[in-house]
Amino acid sequence: MSSKISLEDKTQTTKVGFNWASLIKILTPALGILAGALVGSIVIVAKGVNPVTAYYYLLEGAFGSLDNFTASLIKSIPLGLTGLAVALSYKAGIFNIGCEGQLYLAAVGATVVGTSFAGLPSIIHIPLAILAGALLGGLYALIPGILKAYKGFNEIVITMLMNYIAIYFVSYLVQGPIKMPDQFYPQSAPILESARLPFIIPGTRLHAGFLIVLALAVLLWWVFNKTTFGFQIRGVGLNQRAMEYGGTNSKQLLVKVMFLSGCIAGIAGAGEILGVHMRLLENFSVNVGYDAIAVALLADLNPLGVLLSALFFGSLRNGANSMQISTGIPTAFVTIVQALAVLFVVMSAGLPRILKKWRRMKANA
Amino acid sequence: MLENLLTIVFSTDFFASSIRLAAPLLLAAMGDVVSERSGVLNMGLDGMMLLGAFFGFVGAYFTGSVWLGVLCAMLSALILGIIHAFSCVTLGLNQVVTATGINMLALGLSSSLLRTFFGTSTNALRSVGFTPTKVPVLGDIPIIGKILFNQTILVYVALILVPLTYYVFFHTTWGLKIRAVGEHPRAAETMGVNVFKVRWIAVLYSSTMCGLAGAALSIAGLNTFIDNMSAGRGFIAFACIILGKFNPWGVAIGAVVFGLAEALQLRIQAVGLPIPYQFPIMFPYLLTLVVLFLSGVGLTPKAWGSPYLQDEE
Repeated sequence: MSSKISLEDKTQTTKVGFNWASLIKILTPALGILAGALVGSIVIVAKGVNPVTAYYYLLEGAFGSLDNFTASLIKSIPLGLTGLAVALSYKAGIFNIGCEGQLYLAAVGATVVGTSFAGLPSIIHIPLAILAGALLGGLYALIPGILKAYKGFNEIVITMLMNYIAIYFVSYLVQGPIKMPDQFYPQSAPILESARLPFIIPGTRLHAGFLIVLALAVLLWWVFNKTTFGFQIRGVGLNQRAMEYGGTNSKQLLVKVMFLSGCIAGIAGAGEILGVHMRLLENFSVNVGYDAIAVALLADLNPLGVLLSALFFGSLRNGANSMQISTGIPTAFVTIVQALAVLFVVMSAGLPRILKKWRRMKANA
Repeated sequence: MLENLLTIVFSTDFFASSIRLAAPLLLAAMGDVVSERSGVLNMGLDGMMLLGAFFGFVGAYFTGSVWLGVLCAMLSALILGIIHAFSCVTLGLNQVVTATGINMLALGLSSSLLRTFFGTSTNALRSVGFTPTKVPVLGDIPIIGKILFNQTILVYVALILVPLTYYVFFHTTWGLKIRAVGEHPRAAETMGVNVFKVRWIAVLYSSTMCGLAGAALSIAGLNTFIDNMSAGRGFIAFACIILGKFNPWGVAIGAVVFGLAEALQLRIQAVGLPIPYQFPIMFPYLLTLVVLFLSGVGLTPKAWGSPYLQDEE
C-alpha cells in the first residue's frame, strides 16, 4: 500500500511567505475546531437546548474552578501521550492507530509491577512500573511494525484488530487471573502506595504524569528537529526510497519508531493506572487511543502542538461531562466536534489545489 | 459439553447462521472492493457501516417499514461517501486520514443521536426487522435449501453480488474502466476514461453498500442498535478484500470464513463451555489476523491509495 503521507502541500505554504505560513498553521486548527463546534450545534439544537447555554456549561465545567481545570489537565495527560505516540509514528509514515490496545496492555504491566514488590522505595518502584507498561506497549506495537516494514502489511487493519484483542484480553485478566480475591467488582488489587504517582499540586489530583508529557513533548521536539534520528524519521516519512539511497535502513527505522511509539502509548496506560485509577479496571479508558489521532493531526504532528491540542481535547472531554449533567447533551457529542475538526483541517490542505485549478479554468476561459 | 458443541456445529442451523452473519461483511466488502479496485483506499467502511446501522434502525423504528430503514441506512452512508470522495478524489488528499475522520464522525453521530432520539435508557428499543423469506423450489432442497435459501432478502442480495461483481469487473467495459483507473489512471485518461468520474462513482457505490451492510447488522434479526455496533467489522471486511486479493470470489470466501468464526463464537458462549467469554469474542479478530498473515500481501491495484492529480507530477 502506498503511504506517501503529507498533511499539507509544503511547497504551497512556503511560497506564501514565512509569516503567513505560520499564521495559517495556527489558524487552520482553530478554524477547524470552530467549524466543528458550529456544525456540532445542530445536535445541541436537536436536543432542544440553546447552543450558547450548552457551550457555557462546557466551558464552565472545563475551566470554571481550579478543581475543574485540574480535572481537564488530568484528562489531557493520556491524550497528550498517545497523541505524541501517533505523531511520532506518523512522522515516519506509519500510522499507529493501535494506541488503544497498547495502552490497555501497558496498564496490565504497570498493575502487575505496581501491586507487587512491597517495600520498594518509590523512587525505584514508580519508574519500574512505568517501564513495565512502556515495554509491554512497545512490544505490542512491534508486531504491526515488523509486519508493515518487512512484509508490507497494512498497519491500520492490523493495529485496529489488535486493539480489540487487547481490550478483551485485559477484560479477561481483570475478571480472572489478576482479579482481587473476595471482590465483587472485576478489578485488580490496589496499586501499592510506593508505586503511585505523586500529586504535584497540593489539594488537587493532578499527578506527575503531567510532567512526563511535558518532558516527552520537548524531548520529541528536540529529536525531530535537532538530531539525525529525527531527520531520518522525517525523511522516511516523506520519501522512503530517497532515504534508502541516502543509506538509511528505512525498514529498521520503521520498526524502531513503532516500538517507541508503542512505548509512549504504554506510558499513557501506566499513568492512568498509577496516577488516576490506582488499580486495573475493565474499560478504564474509553477511546483515548482513537482521540489521539485527532490530537496528533490537529497539531500537524508537532510535539509541542500536541500539548495544546491535548489540552483542548482534554478540556472538551471534561467539560462535556458537566454539559451532560446540566443539559442532557450526550458526551459523545465531543467526538463529533473532534471528527469535524479533523476533517476540516485535512480538507483545508486541499484548498490551494482547488484555487489553482479554479484560476487556471478562469485563465482558459 | 464438547459433544454438545460438536452436534451444534455440524447442524444446518449453524451454517445458516454463519451465512447470515457473513452477510454484512459480504455486502460491505463487495461494495468496497469496487472502490479499492478504482484506486481509492476506503478505510472508512467501518464508520459507514456504523452510521448505516444506526439510521437503518432509526428509519425502521419511526416509519415501521424495513425498506424505509434500508433507504435511511444507504443515504446516511452515502453522505459519508460524498465526504470521502470529495476529499480523496476531488481534492486529492490523504485517503487514510480522511477515513479516520469519517470513522470518528460516524461514532460520534450515532452515539449522540442515539441518546438524543431515545434518551439514556436504550434497553427496550425494538424496531421492525427483516424476517427470512423462503425461496420457492430452491428453499426445499434438503440441507442447502435450509442453509442458503431460508434467509432474509439482504442475505440474498449479498450472495448475488458476488458473481455479479465478478462479472462486472472482468466481463464489462465498466469493470475494465474501474480496473484501469486503479492500475494506471494516466493511461486510462489517455484512452478517454474520466478518472474522477469513475472514482467518484466507485466511492459512492461502496459507501452505499456499506450502509446496506449496516442495515444488515441492525435490522435483520437483532432489530436494535447499540453503541459502536459495527465493532471493527468494517476493518474485517477490509481485511477480507486484501486476503481475497481483490477478487470477488476470494473476498467472498474470506467473508464466509468469518461468518463461520462469528457463528462459532456465539455458539461457544451459548453452550457455556468452560472458557472465559472474552476468548470466543476475540476469536474472529484473531482469526482475521492469522489468515491475513498467512495469505500475505498479494498484488494490489498499482494506483491504490494514491490520488490522481491531473496537472501535477
